[in-house]
Amino acid sequence: MEAVTTILRRELAGYFATPVAYVFIVIYLVMNGVFTFYLGGFFERGLADLEPFFRFHPWLYLFLVPAISMRLWAEERRAGTIELLLTLPVTTGQAVLGKFLAAWLFLGLALLLTVPIWVTVNYLGDPDNGVILAAYAGSWLMAGGMLAIGSCMSAVTRSQVIAFILSVAACFVFLLSGLPMVMNVFSGWAPQFLLDGIASLSFLSHYSDISRGVIDLRDLVYFVLVAGFWLLANVIVLELRKAD
Amino acid sequence: MIEVKSLSRHYGHLKAVDDLSFTVEPGQVLGFLGPNGAGKSTTMKMLTGFLAPTAGSARINGHDVVADSLAARRCLGYLPEGAPSYGEMTVLDFLLFVARARGIPAREVHTACERVVDRLNLAGVRHQVIDTLSKGFRRRVGLAQAIIHDPAVLILDEPTDGLDPNQKHEVRKLIAEMASDKIIVISTHILEEVQALCNRVMIISQGRLLADDTPAGLIARSRYHNAVTLAADDVRRIASVLSELPEVARAEVKEGELTVFPAGAGLFDAVSRSVAEHGWAVSELRYEAGRLDEVFRMITQGESA
Ligand SMILES: Nc1ncnc2c1ncn2[C@@H]1O[C@H](COP(=O)(O)OP(=O)(O)OP(=O)(O)O)[C@@H](O)[C@H]1O
Ligand SMILES: [Mg+2]
Repeated sequence: MEAVTTILRRELAGYFATPVAYVFIVIYLVMNGVFTFYLGGFFERGLADLEPFFRFHPWLYLFLVPAISMRLWAEERRAGTIELLLTLPVTTGQAVLGKFLAAWLFLGLALLLTVPIWVTVNYLGDPDNGVILAAYAGSWLMAGGMLAIGSCMSAVTRSQVIAFILSVAACFVFLLSGLPMVMNVFSGWAPQFLLDGIASLSFLSHYSDISRGVIDLRDLVYFVLVAGFWLLANVIVLELRKAD
Repeated sequence: MIEVKSLSRHYGHLKAVDDLSFTVEPGQVLGFLGPNGAGKSTTMKMLTGFLAPTAGSARINGHDVVADSLAARRCLGYLPEGAPSYGEMTVLDFLLFVARARGIPAREVHTACERVVDRLNLAGVRHQVIDTLSKGFRRRVGLAQAIIHDPAVLILDEPTDGLDPNQKHEVRKLIAEMASDKIIVISTHILEEVQALCNRVMIISQGRLLADDTPAGLIARSRYHNAVTLAADDVRRIASVLSELPEVARAEVKEGELTVFPAGAGLFDAVSRSVAEHGWAVSELRYEAGRLDEVFRMITQGESA
């Protein structure tokens, strides 16, 4: 555990030692504002909730999370520091977890900085704060799931650009798998259990459950499993081809 | 102790390391020599557990580098080729990170860092961002990182590459100081460094071990071992006279210098007596211990010049 925190601390400090953190946070907040107030019609709706804010998070994360995750391992490969890191007495699993947690905490921090919008909605009306809290949790969990995918993709290559593209593509598949347009491709010929399986893989369905305030243990387990699966894959990818 | 048994690493058809076996004992400073692409770095990567061997095994202080990788890595300090480090960190932050990751107790982390900062003359750049350091300073940060936990086994891939002559001297002194109770494996292309530092040399080429000897033993393989070289105006005439001596096996003139090779002992005395007797105007007369670069070429290219 100590090894994980050591790596976590280094990584987290790394975000703020470069402009990465500040650029990301500014863009994240601006995009959130644009989506919520223009596309989401926050004021026009006249409802005291944050639905327009949370509705766009999956699409925001689709691009912003891979932007954070792309450097996790690709950069270590490019700079050769992977050789330093993985010859320290830390396991590959500890290194993967430390880096993941640092990035996840960082995304959590960016999310926390949107609290003014929560304050605003409380000032303007009388929202159900339980639902909002649940939606925040759901948003962070979904970010974690995507981050795990991105971290694994980043371990595949030494190019951050390739890592970014692979991550966006993989996250896109996970987002869309529940939508009708994807399901239509399979329905008719695929057996029902497969259809259910594909539908239940979707980030969207689980996220929308949570963000409506319905906290189902299955949704939580889903995100934990997705993150766990991809992080495990991340470890395996690294173990198999550390030095390439 | 390092025990390597039939270690091999293949990249597709290329045998980067081919059936290498050796052991290294504490107190030995082993120099890895070999032409570019010989497999030196690949061997070191396997010793440090970074690269899995295709075949064979390596043990560090009894711990297998694959099966018991963590324990093996705990005994090690490693400077990878090119001395990679986290460029966005300051020198001190980077060293603190490595110290913590190496499991140095929190109380001692700062003293450990200050100690290596002192030993590698990094005090002036302690708070500088690594990316802004010159190449030599970066190499010294890499060395500091490798010795921060006072490891029993040190593996250094080209430790003095890019250092100025003063720093080279300092680093060699540092390595010599640490040598008595440690195992140190270094790779280098600087042959004088091998003579200055190592008490054992392994020459590898195309992944195979070609020679395993002391520096003195290697030098003794040189054609020039115990030869005598002199420089004068009229070396050809001198050559013809000297080749008559019973102590001289052969005489060779090259670039205005005459080298005579021994047939038996006492060559230097015989030559200097001759010089005195004939009253030749000799501008230089020297005894040859042997030339390591020539041995290196001979062994790695199979050529004898
Ligand atoms: N990831 C890799 N994929 C394919 N071939 C590789 C890889 N890494 C190294 N090689 C090859 O393995 C051989 C040995 O390389 P290595 O880096 O061990 O040489 P070296 O002795 O350290 O050389 P140098 O003196 O130039 O540092 C080389 O032919 C190199 O091209
Ligand atoms: Mg090398």
